[in-house]
Amino acid sequence: MTKIKSLFISLVLTLGVSAAIAGSHGSTHDLVKDRGKLMCGSNTGLAGFGAPNDAGVWEGIDVDVCRAVAAAVFGDASKVEYVPTTSKVRFTVLQSGEIDMLSRNTTWTLSRDVDLGLEFVGVNYYDGQGFMVNKSLGVSSAMELDGASVCIQVGTTTEMNLADFFKANGMSYESVPVETNSEADAAYTAGRCDVYTTDASGLYASRAGYPDPSAHVVLPEIVSKEPLGPAVRHGDSEWADIVRWSLNAMIIGEELGITSANVDEMKSSKNPEVLRLLGVDAGYGAMLGLSDDWAYNILSQVGNYSESFEKHIGPNTPINIQRGLNALYKDGGILYAPPFR
Amino acid sequence: MSSSAIQIISRSKYYNWLVKNLFSSWVNTILTVIALIFVYQVGSFFLYWAIFDADFRYNFQGELIIDRGFCSKNIMPGEYGACWAIIFARWNQFMYGLYPIEEAWRVNLIYALLPLAIIGILFDKIPFRRYFIYFTFIFPFLAYFMLYGGPGLSVVGTNKWGGLLVTLFLGVTGIGLAFPLSILLALGRRSKMPIIKSLCVVFIEFIRGVPLITLLFTANVMLPLFLPDGVNPDNLLRALVAVTLFQSAYMAEAIRGGLQAIPRGQVEAAQSLGLSYWQTTRKIVLPQALKIAIPPIVNTCIGLFKDTSLVLIIGLFDLLGIGRAALADMTWTKLYYEVYVFISLVFFIFCFGMSRYSLYLEKKLKTDNS
Repeated sequence: MTKIKSLFISLVLTLGVSAAIAGSHGSTHDLVKDRGKLMCGSNTGLAGFGAPNDAGVWEGIDVDVCRAVAAAVFGDASKVEYVPTTSKVRFTVLQSGEIDMLSRNTTWTLSRDVDLGLEFVGVNYYDGQGFMVNKSLGVSSAMELDGASVCIQVGTTTEMNLADFFKANGMSYESVPVETNSEADAAYTAGRCDVYTTDASGLYASRAGYPDPSAHVVLPEIVSKEPLGPAVRHGDSEWADIVRWSLNAMIIGEELGITSANVDEMKSSKNPEVLRLLGVDAGYGAMLGLSDDWAYNILSQVGNYSESFEKHIGPNTPINIQRGLNALYKDGGILYAPPFR
Repeated sequence: MSSSAIQIISRSKYYNWLVKNLFSSWVNTILTVIALIFVYQVGSFFLYWAIFDADFRYNFQGELIIDRGFCSKNIMPGEYGACWAIIFARWNQFMYGLYPIEEAWRVNLIYALLPLAIIGILFDKIPFRRYFIYFTFIFPFLAYFMLYGGPGLSVVGTNKWGGLLVTLFLGVTGIGLAFPLSILLALGRRSKMPIIKSLCVVFIEFIRGVPLITLLFTANVMLPLFLPDGVNPDNLLRALVAVTLFQSAYMAEAIRGGLQAIPRGQVEAAQSLGLSYWQTTRKIVLPQALKIAIPPIVNTCIGLFKDTSLVLIIGLFDLLGIGRAALADMTWTKLYYEVYVFISLVFFIFCFGMSRYSLYLEKKLKTDNS
């Protein structure tokens, strides 16, 4: 009798669970709307890209992508819950459905895009490995680094890129192996090596903390491609579209000169693309399953790409990164969004 | 005897001690002097850095420090002290994580009640001990309701918890849940029933055979993959499960050590009186075994409390994690020493407290037994 009873109970449980599965297999967009907030995978703290400030509010250019998506979906950029993820757990957290999107300086590579079941929807920061040296060395190009000692994190792609670069240019270097990036930074500051190499954004962030940042120079050569961008789960193209076009709206906003300050005036612009973007010409929001003012909400609450960049990592911040590759295509960079029509 | 004579005697007592322990031979004298110089150098450097030359909330110009640029260490490179302003500015985050600040009184209340909840089980000679023990059993439910929320209180998800709150939550709850589990495991391991015994042995040896970090990863990464979509146990809960399992395996071995120290005659005497297995265990064996096992148990507790900082690897903002997030803020970048010294101090206070308590118990038990 008890056996039958327990069998029955387990059957009910199984059915209940499968019902729960069936219920949760809706689109991510519906799930987000039902929940009333966006779950966004963020960094555990990376200066200028994503970190909580003194008041506990998340800030950074990666964070702004999350806020843009929330503005598009809810009309309120603050409806985001940030889930801090480390580089080790970020993909599984996304795959398991704990977060709706991942926006934490993640490099878009083939294997991640294809093999890990992710979908990268764009690039919000073009990074690449660079070199920093002390100005007193008088070095102005990475080609002059023959024989230099280099602080390098062991077992990283950074290490392989470094070896490739020196080999390709027929130069030699002396490696000073360290375990972590902050250790590399400390070793460089202590003068244990001539050259400090990591992603250029990291070099700028480190330099910003030095007592005399102007004594160090980041060399112009970038030796690897590190396109960083937001990612979503594979297989939900509608949701991927929303995230992709939220980012694109920020970039197009910059192209068209729409800022959070002038977005209301721009509504009476004569440029048809501006009118389409801001939802004055209706119909584009509905294609995405959003309201027509979705891009207006992004631009008024988060701002365009340039505003986000300047606010968090631009030349007027301690991180002091020039636009470089991340300038618009018409300003000499490679930032380019497909047309809004 | 005049008071000066007492002084001479007591002075000579110190003198004798000094000669005997520090200056007994010329080698020892040299070592003592070198050690003193070293202690003086390091100690004075640290004191100057941490206190005399340091900025607290205001810098030496008397301005309130709102970002790193206001720290004196920026003005006088090379000769500066610590900039503790980061600790003041981020105090709430160190204490509560990203818990909404208008709700922080709930955490404060629990912090204030925590000593009351554990005092009853730590000390046996306090007045009204029985009521304290009752409170100990109510406390977890009260704490859950106050911290997480429920009817009448707004819900604060555990992803907002952080800092000392998460460290204490994992430490205290992990230890609290692991304790009963570990007693069962220890008894099970000594059981004569082969299935129970082998299950306990396999569990204990498996958990002790893998590092905590592996368990944390398994709980964090694998668990959601086994469960159906949309069923995501709370991140903090997953870490708690891993921490509890880990702690219970270690504690079980400490308790088993205590069980083995009980002479066989005790059990036989109890059985000859007609006591059942559970009566024997509960009334005769366990009280004596736990007494013996308390120092090693406290030892594992101290270890666990420090190990909780590993959860930062799965993205939880414990004390260490929130400190690292503070360092990632451009306002305060590069104040590594200040943040890490502060975090070590907090950990030290708790671990030192536990270790003192264990010493106190050892002394007390020694007198009890004699």
